[in-house]
Amino acid sequence: MHTESWQSVGPSLDECIKCNICTSYCPVASVTDLFPGPKYAGPQSQRFRENGQPHSPDHSVDYCSGCRVCNEVCPTGVKIAEINARARAHMAAEEGIPLRNRLLGRNELLGKVGSIAPPLANFGLHNQLSRVLADKVFGIAQDSKLPRWPKGGTFGKWVKKTQDQRLKSDKKVVYYHGCGTMYYEPFIGQATVAVLEHNGYEVIVPPQNCCGLPLLSNGEFDEAEKYHDNNVNKLVGYARDGFDIIGTTPSCTLTLKEEAPELLDKHDADSTDLKMAVWDIFEWIRERWEEGDFRTDFRPINMILPYHAPCQYRAHRVGKPALEILQLIPELDVRESCARCCGSAGTYGYKKEKHLIAMAVGKELFDFVAVQGPGVTMTASDTETCRWQIELGTGLPSRHPIEIVAAAYGLYNLESRQLTN
Amino acid sequence: MHKLQTEVLVIGGGATGTGVVWDAALRGFKTILVERRDLTHGTTGRFHGLLHSGGRYAVKDPHGAEECIRENQILRKTHAHCIEDTSGFFVVTPEDEGDDYPEKFVAGCNAVGIPCSEIPVAEALRREPLLNPRISRVFEVPDGSADGFLAAHATVNAARVAGAQIMTYHEVDELIVEERSGERHVVGARVHNVVTGEHIVIYADIIVNAAGAWSGKLAAMAGAEVVILPSKGTMVAMNHRLVNTVINRCKMPSDGDILVPSHTVCIIGTTSVTVPNPEPLRIEPWEVQKMLDEGEKIVPGFSKARVLRAWAGVRPLFQETYTGGGRDVTRKLALLDHSQREGIKGFLTITGGKWTTFRLMAEATVDTICEHLGTQRPCTTATTPVPGAEQGNYWVGHRLHDVEEQRLQGDLICECELVTRTMLENAVQRNPALTLDDLRRDVRLGKGPCQGGFCTYRAVGILNEMESAGNWNHDMLDESADTMQWNAAHLQSPAHNLTRDVTAGNGKGHSAESPTVFNPNLLLRDFLQERWKGVTPVLWGRQLKQERLDELIYLSLMNIDHLPDDELASPVTDFYNFDTTPGPFEPEPKKVG
Repeated sequence: MHTESWQSVGPSLDECIKCNICTSYCPVASVTDLFPGPKYAGPQSQRFRENGQPHSPDHSVDYCSGCRVCNEVCPTGVKIAEINARARAHMAAEEGIPLRNRLLGRNELLGKVGSIAPPLANFGLHNQLSRVLADKVFGIAQDSKLPRWPKGGTFGKWVKKTQDQRLKSDKKVVYYHGCGTMYYEPFIGQATVAVLEHNGYEVIVPPQNCCGLPLLSNGEFDEAEKYHDNNVNKLVGYARDGFDIIGTTPSCTLTLKEEAPELLDKHDADSTDLKMAVWDIFEWIRERWEEGDFRTDFRPINMILPYHAPCQYRAHRVGKPALEILQLIPELDVRESCARCCGSAGTYGYKKEKHLIAMAVGKELFDFVAVQGPGVTMTASDTETCRWQIELGTGLPSRHPIEIVAAAYGLYNLESRQLTN
Repeated sequence: MHKLQTEVLVIGGGATGTGVVWDAALRGFKTILVERRDLTHGTTGRFHGLLHSGGRYAVKDPHGAEECIRENQILRKTHAHCIEDTSGFFVVTPEDEGDDYPEKFVAGCNAVGIPCSEIPVAEALRREPLLNPRISRVFEVPDGSADGFLAAHATVNAARVAGAQIMTYHEVDELIVEERSGERHVVGARVHNVVTGEHIVIYADIIVNAAGAWSGKLAAMAGAEVVILPSKGTMVAMNHRLVNTVINRCKMPSDGDILVPSHTVCIIGTTSVTVPNPEPLRIEPWEVQKMLDEGEKIVPGFSKARVLRAWAGVRPLFQETYTGGGRDVTRKLALLDHSQREGIKGFLTITGGKWTTFRLMAEATVDTICEHLGTQRPCTTATTPVPGAEQGNYWVGHRLHDVEEQRLQGDLICECELVTRTMLENAVQRNPALTLDDLRRDVRLGKGPCQGGFCTYRAVGILNEMESAGNWNHDMLDESADTMQWNAAHLQSPAHNLTRDVTAGNGKGHSAESPTVFNPNLLLRDFLQERWKGVTPVLWGRQLKQERLDELIYLSLMNIDHLPDDELASPVTDFYNFDTTPGPFEPEPKKVG
């Protein structure tokens, strides 16, 4: 386990003035008694947790979904979600980690294995019997929405296959696609490359691995540290050479920017240089747009689009840049959800004992979508697990805002999720 | 007028007095203890909670050190549940280098039998990551962290079970001195119940003055002279534990060189300033600053961490014909037999010593009582654990563990310190309580970061409800049988207070006798004032933010400055009132001697 230091998150409990604003905003505590709330689990309980105790005194902190709404609303800057994540890691170190959580922590590995033979993997995972077994044996909620491996292969494969067609330019960006895009949703990466190239940028896709967030959420800090170190080694050179590193999954970019360095106490020069170079894609696009360096030759898209800014996106503290950019598209009626959280919170909603909680948390969002009228055909959100959760809760397809932008450029088909050329 | 007859009358409800009443009761003496306020209201409730290994006195005061280590080992058995086994380090910081103190320290420990081993600095830093990495040597000794509040209750509970009678909120007005064949005898005390005003005469064969820093004043009532050097020690509590081991500086004892983890906080102490009177004690800005500066040497960054509150206690130092400073006075106990000193019979004063040696002080006292009363009864306290000791040492997470296991999250009244509603109700019913401050000592109500911000109004509501229902036991005199059976060890345990004990309340209520004391507005105002007293010396940064929120709750929302019963006062109201005018920053005065 990592030890305390003044730079670590523990001492931020000193900032808590017990106002309970976090408790009243917590989307989990408002739907279940199993989680006593962020103030209780975070700064309050932390005073009772110390090194060298006979055992971890509490376990209800396991019901924290890690959505960080508490951090967002805290008026004094307590790193509540991080205190909770550390407490879970302490428990994991003591009590061991269930196989289920080890599996959920390794979506990259699962992605790799499934990509060897996608049809087989899809059949293996998605048939009714497997889901019942996964539920009963591992505790992976039967009704949760698991991703499918795409027929066309991974994003990496597409990049390699199309490398001759890729734009070469003096203006370059580095793309951190993450595991979701790599193994399950390569079309997000394709849309991203299309949008960036449309704006004259050459896209460098360097070797990279999982950001480690699923491991951090499930308390496997030591393993997460290896992932983070690997990413730092692979990417810090680009950061030092002055390249912006942009990502399309806000939870992954948040991990590189903030979560991994804080939770793992990584305050070395390399980690810091990397985190300073990482951008969420729309955070980056908004900068370009404000500089007049982002094309707005959009075709009209005539539809109502309910949009949910994920909690993990809001944790970047950059406002809602995707919303700002989507609003530039003619005739697109973007409606912001203002819901606190979709409920999924990464791997939380996949756990059998937490799935119903996740769905109850998401109800606020699903109801919002429902009242936007029958004409709504799709929703948008930035993080894959949010999109999957929204699809599950609303029955409507959900898209990444970058797909919408690519479509507005005429480069992408929102129905088939394919590039148009 | 009510009259009582007893063999031994103990005056003072601190560690010493509770120890004496326990020992005397175990030896079969009919014993009464009177205390003018709540148990541990004086010095015992204001020390930093260190169970000394004796290491601190190993070089300078070997006799005091030897008493400490012996008693340390005994209390770990008799009062196990009042102790957290934190262990202790003596560290050589860069400021402490350059002399042979560490060698003298080791030799001193060895000489009096204090287990002491040097451990690698890296090992110490692994166990205490925030410790100054520039320390050069670390010695480990069996220091511990003690809960003086719980220990007093546990000791008194054991005494009650053995037949003793405990009378809190009874103040001595006068000692009754009689002339018998040319000799002066102290034969009793006139006391009054500070709540009801009732006067009581207690006749006793022997009277023990265990009034601590106030024992000079009490002795004077018998015409005896006891010169106490009241030595003020200011302590500062930090918002959470920065260390889990007691950290001492390995050097000659001085100001601010001990950091003690105590429940959810850690406490740095102390200063040592000779004061003319044991109260009121004013905390000077230089004292707080000095604690933070010294803390910085143990834990770099210390002074930037959140400070919870500051308070001062007063050591009852005693030394015959001594005129020097407080640090040079022995911590050895002092038992004064006034029949030998001034020819005053039936009157003993027990003072000096440390919390750690309270049992030994009691043993010496009751040995002398036996001599006076012409009987031989061996002391059994060293081998008789008090009820509750079977639970073993407590650990900092025990309350959170209980709350989680029993799913009591929804029942918390004091959220910071995890006090449940039933803990509070049972404490009120089974343990005489007059003010919320008494409940603070009993169950840690309001001791956390918000300093009563959220629990005060809740607790007052509950007490008001109980008072209306006649379930509030504030009868300090008659103890019902089931109160005696009650295990004080459970006072602080959420898991042992799952159901409200309806049998315990005496059902009498009290409002007819003394309506003013049990006025909810008064309870609210007094407790807020008491908490405010400890926060004002540290009112900056995060604690200032906290107080702003508390101020909004109580002044803006509840308009507490304009309560209907603003003129009311309880017997302790005066104690909570203090001069809030900030003084100029005076430098630390030069010490004499």
